[in-house]
Amino acid sequence: MITLRFVRFLEGRGLVFLALVAALVLLVPVCNLLVPPGSPFHVPTGMVVLLGKYLCYAMLAIGLDLVWGYCGILSLGHGAFFALGGYAMGMYLMRQIGTRGVYGHPVLPDFMVFLNWKELPWFWHGFDMFPYALLMVLLVPGLLAFVFGWLAFRSRVTGVYLSIISQALTYALLLAFFRNDMGFGGNNGLTDFKDILGFPVQAQGTRVALFVITGLALIGTFLLARMIVTSTYGKVLVAIRDAESRTRFIGYRVEYFKLVVFTLSAMIAGLAGALYVPQIGIINPSEFQPTNSIEAIVWVAVGGRGTLVGAALGAVVVNALKTVFTTGFLAPYWLFALGGLFILVTIALPRGLVGLAGDIFARFGGAGRGPTRAEAGQTP
Amino acid sequence: MRFCRLLAALAVLLCAMFLSPARAEGVDAALDRFLADSFAETEAAIGGVAQSGAPQAVAILQALGERRLFAHPASRGVFWRDAAGTAFDARTGLPAAMPGDAVVIRLNNRLRNVVQAALGTMTLLSPDPAVRLRAAESVFRSRDPAARAAIETAIAREPRGEIRRVLEEAHAAIMLADTGVPESVRIDAVRRLAETGDTEALGLLRQMLGPTAGPLRAAITQGIGAIEQRQQFRAAAQTVWFGVSLGSVLLLAAIGLAITFGVMGVINMAHGEMVMIGAYVTFLVQEALRQNAPQHLDWSLPIAIPLAFLVAGLVGVAIERGIIRFLYGRPLETLLATFGVSLVLQQAIRTWFGPTNREVSAPSYMSGAFEFLGLQITYGRLWIVVFTLVVFLGLLIVLKATPLGLQMRAVTQNRRMAAAMGIRTRFVDAMTFGLGSGIAGIAGVALSQIDNVSPNLGQSYIIDSFMVVVFGGVGNLWGTLVAAFTLGIANKVMEPFAGAVLGKILILVLLILFIQKRPRGLFALKGRAVEQ
Repeated sequence: MITLRFVRFLEGRGLVFLALVAALVLLVPVCNLLVPPGSPFHVPTGMVVLLGKYLCYAMLAIGLDLVWGYCGILSLGHGAFFALGGYAMGMYLMRQIGTRGVYGHPVLPDFMVFLNWKELPWFWHGFDMFPYALLMVLLVPGLLAFVFGWLAFRSRVTGVYLSIISQALTYALLLAFFRNDMGFGGNNGLTDFKDILGFPVQAQGTRVALFVITGLALIGTFLLARMIVTSTYGKVLVAIRDAESRTRFIGYRVEYFKLVVFTLSAMIAGLAGALYVPQIGIINPSEFQPTNSIEAIVWVAVGGRGTLVGAALGAVVVNALKTVFTTGFLAPYWLFALGGLFILVTIALPRGLVGLAGDIFARFGGAGRGPTRAEAGQTP
Repeated sequence: MRFCRLLAALAVLLCAMFLSPARAEGVDAALDRFLADSFAETEAAIGGVAQSGAPQAVAILQALGERRLFAHPASRGVFWRDAAGTAFDARTGLPAAMPGDAVVIRLNNRLRNVVQAALGTMTLLSPDPAVRLRAAESVFRSRDPAARAAIETAIAREPRGEIRRVLEEAHAAIMLADTGVPESVRIDAVRRLAETGDTEALGLLRQMLGPTAGPLRAAITQGIGAIEQRQQFRAAAQTVWFGVSLGSVLLLAAIGLAITFGVMGVINMAHGEMVMIGAYVTFLVQEALRQNAPQHLDWSLPIAIPLAFLVAGLVGVAIERGIIRFLYGRPLETLLATFGVSLVLQQAIRTWFGPTNREVSAPSYMSGAFEFLGLQITYGRLWIVVFTLVVFLGLLIVLKATPLGLQMRAVTQNRRMAAAMGIRTRFVDAMTFGLGSGIAGIAGVALSQIDNVSPNLGQSYIIDSFMVVVFGGVGNLWGTLVAAFTLGIANKVMEPFAGAVLGKILILVLLILFIQKRPRGLFALKGRAVEQ
């Protein structure tokens, strides 16, 4: 009975998605750690890291889909929340280096010694403790999103205006984090990490563990997002997306609904960033680039917005394409491909890959179901 | 006493220069006098060389002052060595072998001063204005009383106003520094310094404040106040000018966007790439001229302006026909699709022209600077400000006084009604977008003069441009104008105490806060047009 309800709760494609991620989480560690390197089933550690990166992007995409696909808020600044979460984790990892830095200072990270700083700035305190850092991973992006959203939604900044000021937000943060005296390593960012919770970051076992944790976090995020969109609250979000004024006239405080989902989505982005940093091994201000945020939007668009599964799928597909394109003779054509994808998806595939798949299934009488036109959010 | 003797010496010298028949003597006769090895003859020789007008005269006197001038009475030769040790024949000014037994021409203190004064005078009266200016400035710094008479002569003969001003300042500085002259003269000197002086005069006055007392001290204090006040005013004016200059760049970049975004409501993320296309058109025109008609290189900008308008406009029309027309009424999708276009265009330019900066040179009428009310104004910036205003006015006229402008406004206000009146709305859409893109191309021509022409050129302007349009109020050209100059000036005002980067961040944050307060910009459209 409970299983049946769960399946209904997930829908067909959600079930497929969960099964896929769960399979990855189970199989990748086995294929990496237990299968010998010579075997065709062996997954090299580099591949594990790459997959982990895709899963982080998928989390970011799910967060973005919550605000854009379901609530119609096109945020061009989600890369900023992702980067802030990453910085919070990076600060913890920096503090773990301890005396093993180039200058061997017991407390100060290398770049501060280099800048001739004598003591830790106040905002670096506490980051030596993992629970505190984890709290900050969620709190900092959440707080920024809350303040930003509070100001924006209350004065009814909507549509493209919101997109543009969210872009300005990440641009301002980009400029700020490039400054050396901000205390976040300036241009170079935070890198040269050694340990996470006592385990060496570079070790194969740690990398696999991080991958598994990312996979589990993605599953958790998906379930949470699914819970939100199937609840009454989620229905109101869709109502806001389709007819904001009407929803307001019915009596809903539209700004609060938007504020909650925006803040939550920023926290998801922050968590994704925090999982991303130990796997990649560096966080620097280029993560705040406005183009990064727009790229994340295109993942969601390619996969199919308003579907959650599509967003995650889009993130993986587009990034896999990017990896293929940028690591070979095709490198000069990657931007053509990405640009073309933007144009193609918006004009020819407004409901994304999931929508396309749904149409195909429907034509051949399959069981799968694509999002309806209303679900995909044809209204701005 | 020493001063009087110097004056006498100078008087002799000046008489010798302007009146005496020694003028006709020529450098040879003057040089002969060095061979006599007597101070009186040497003094006459200095005078003779000083007014001979020979090109090597300055080098001879400098050598004499630094004990590098040699006489060889046996061969009647006079030689000098330059700082590197090469010997020159003083009679011809050409390098020559110097006999080993040539002796250094001796000087005493009095003669040394005469040499210095003669040198100062010669450079003060040099036919080259730059040399005169340098000499006047060096006298101002040294405040050598010996140069006073020479300065007075130079003031009387100086044809150029700005050099005369420096000379007069130098004269005043000498009078002020000289404790021998009556106090009223010194106070007068302070007044003259305060009237025209700048940072150096301020330094001098502050320095003189210490050892003085009474009315002179009061005058100096007043003079310092006057100069400081003038400097503050000048700094403020400079800031405003820089702000206007930056504002005109912002306006230029945003004005095309004000059409596509402001009038049509289309978010064109590829707008920056239209600017970039304009800049590359300028580069191509310049290259073509350089290869085929280098003498007409100055015409590159006037040729590039219409070409850039056409090329960028055509690309714009193509984008509108090919992509944007499918997306009307879906602004968020438009944003994404045009972002894709921007990526493709950037990469196309990178493939064709390479990722590096391309050199676009400034035509002669855009290089150089002039001084206006104490402000340094470069011609390049001035032209850009003027050009921006011309483009702005041109656009206003197109929108308000041409049939196309009328149709554009009709379509944006009520598309269906306009169509019912027989306006070809699709054609008007394409033309409007083409116009906005073309204007962006024109902006690229101007921006190629002050920014690097690279595939990333457009990227650096796109966020600023959107900010300007949103700040000014969508659909309002005047709002865009006010917003651009406000942002430009605000940026420059903040820069001194916040730094360039932090200033920019502050502006962005303030803008974000401003949009919360007035979501529709400074000059919001009223009425039904607000509700899209």
